Amino acid sequence: MSESPIIRIEKLRKVYRVGKVDVEALRGVDLEVGSGEFLSIVGPSGSGKSTLFHVVGGLTPATSGTVQVGGRDLGGMTDAERTQLRKTVVAFVFQKYNLLPTLTAADNIAIARDIAGRDSLPDPGFEKVLELLGIAQRLHHKPSELSGGEQQRVAIARAVVNHPAILLADEPTGNLDSANSEIVLSLLRNLNETLGQTILMITHNPEAAAYGHRIVHMRDGRMEP
Amino acid sequence: MISKLVWENVKHRPLRTFLSALLIAIPVTLVLTLAGLSKGMMEDATKRYRGVGADIVIRPKGSSFLSLGSAPIDERVVGVIRRQPHVALATGIVIQSLADVFSSAAGIDVNEFDQMSGGLEFVAGDLFKSPDEVVIDEYYSHEKKLHAGDPIELLNRKWRVSGVFKAGKLNRVFMDRRHLQELTSNTGKVNLIYVKVDEARNIGQTVAGLKKLLEGYQIYSMDEFTALFSSNNIPALTKFTRVMIGISIFIGFAVVCLSMYMAVLQRTREIGILKSLGASRWYVISIILREAVLLALVGTVLGIGMSYAAKWLLQTLVPASFPPAVDPAWWPAAAAIALLGAVLGALYPGLRAARMDPIEALSYE
Repeated sequence: MSESPIIRIEKLRKVYRVGKVDVEALRGVDLEVGSGEFLSIVGPSGSGKSTLFHVVGGLTPATSGTVQVGGRDLGGMTDAERTQLRKTVVAFVFQKYNLLPTLTAADNIAIARDIAGRDSLPDPGFEKVLELLGIAQRLHHKPSELSGGEQQRVAIARAVVNHPAILLADEPTGNLDSANSEIVLSLLRNLNETLGQTILMITHNPEAAAYGHRIVHMRDGRMEP
Repeated sequence: MISKLVWENVKHRPLRTFLSALLIAIPVTLVLTLAGLSKGMMEDATKRYRGVGADIVIRPKGSSFLSLGSAPIDERVVGVIRRQPHVALATGIVIQSLADVFSSAAGIDVNEFDQMSGGLEFVAGDLFKSPDEVVIDEYYSHEKKLHAGDPIELLNRKWRVSGVFKAGKLNRVFMDRRHLQELTSNTGKVNLIYVKVDEARNIGQTVAGLKKLLEGYQIYSMDEFTALFSSNNIPALTKFTRVMIGISIFIGFAVVCLSMYMAVLQRTREIGILKSLGASRWYVISIILREAVLLALVGTVLGIGMSYAAKWLLQTLVPASFPPAVDPAWWPAAAAIALLGAVLGALYPGLRAARMDPIEALSYE
């Protein structure tokens, strides 16, 4: 793990407009994440964890504060620039897997490469990642033919296929039983250790959080000391 | 990869895909059937006029190639024409519209008509022998379910079908000229004169001579006359075709707009997934557009198939009134109509999908 921060967040605020009411989801978040770090973010529902991911992942702009990802300041980025960030710098893994239901596992991975403007065949070294994830034999199945654990492993493969600098995993084991949760968490740690993949993981589960190098707590839109 | 996603999407909901393509196919079929019908009717008319065996057509003053007008020609003119240089044969014919606007009866002098055309070829019965008999062609026989010996009512009178002949000779119903002239109070009048010249090379010269002789009459060589049988020379048909094309584009637009709007709603979450992967607005729009184009192409192919079914239906039910044809020259136009409607219809759903907020889309259940 390198000590240079790949994510630097200072006084981050995010206010959502819900109907006529402003909801302050992030109220001045400060956070630094080192390159190659596996960080667990723990907090109750509504603490702003997912909003933090959405801002860091470029899905929504910050209201105020500074967010630097891979040396790039997200403040003032256009929609197109944030789209570009999602193609190349950050990748998501979601609780509900979010695979495209009409495509096979292989095509779900291939479309991520297509979106990033690469040819649909993964790099030769990616076979090793697929073996690590244990889905090499399941690539020609559609999501409906895969178990939850397998779907999440495909989602992880899709997330890392473009070699993103940062992987944002939002409750990746939230829909899995304990056996599959352990497999997915071990895989994430493996990816981190083998490939040096920077991972930020949101979880409610203290056992899951323990897989990270460091645990930070959020409450009411702030980091807890 | 987008094409694969589009293909998998249309396969994923086969009923929606089929219904959308079918609805696109209907206006395509209408346009192709209309074009085919125009072509079929023109080809049929051309064939029947050529079947007379004449080289020159003379029509009344004030007539057009579509209508014979109200001023008939004095029958004595036929005699004058016969005396002109190079004229081998001339016969006057009376054309009388029947109640059904798509058919008419032709009053002929059998001897003159046989000399010029080589005679009618009968598939059943024989030529009329008495004034209250008519002969009909096989299409008219099929459409009206009439056979040799059957009674038939024409011009508010009872007639008997004496024979059924092979189609392709001027008209579908023939009767005795003298009798038709009397019945329509046109004794001594005809409204068409057909002329055969001694040699084909003299046609131009003879037409010129007749034009000098019969000032104001519509005189054409058969080649000139049949060349007029094009849908472009029928302004009402051209306008009708344009209106049909406009309606077809609108139907295609409405069908695709509705279908793709529903598809975008159903795939909100999937659009969110694509956006979370970094898909640009154009990437999302192109998925919707390509799906619409695919639907339009499937609709066009279906429409072409259905135009053959429409042709078969017309040929089976109303072969005399509407001799249809399939005109492949219209296929690219039909595809363009379907594509234009589909692309226009997909624009709004496509833009809506492209503008979706990825976070809201991802939370869509």
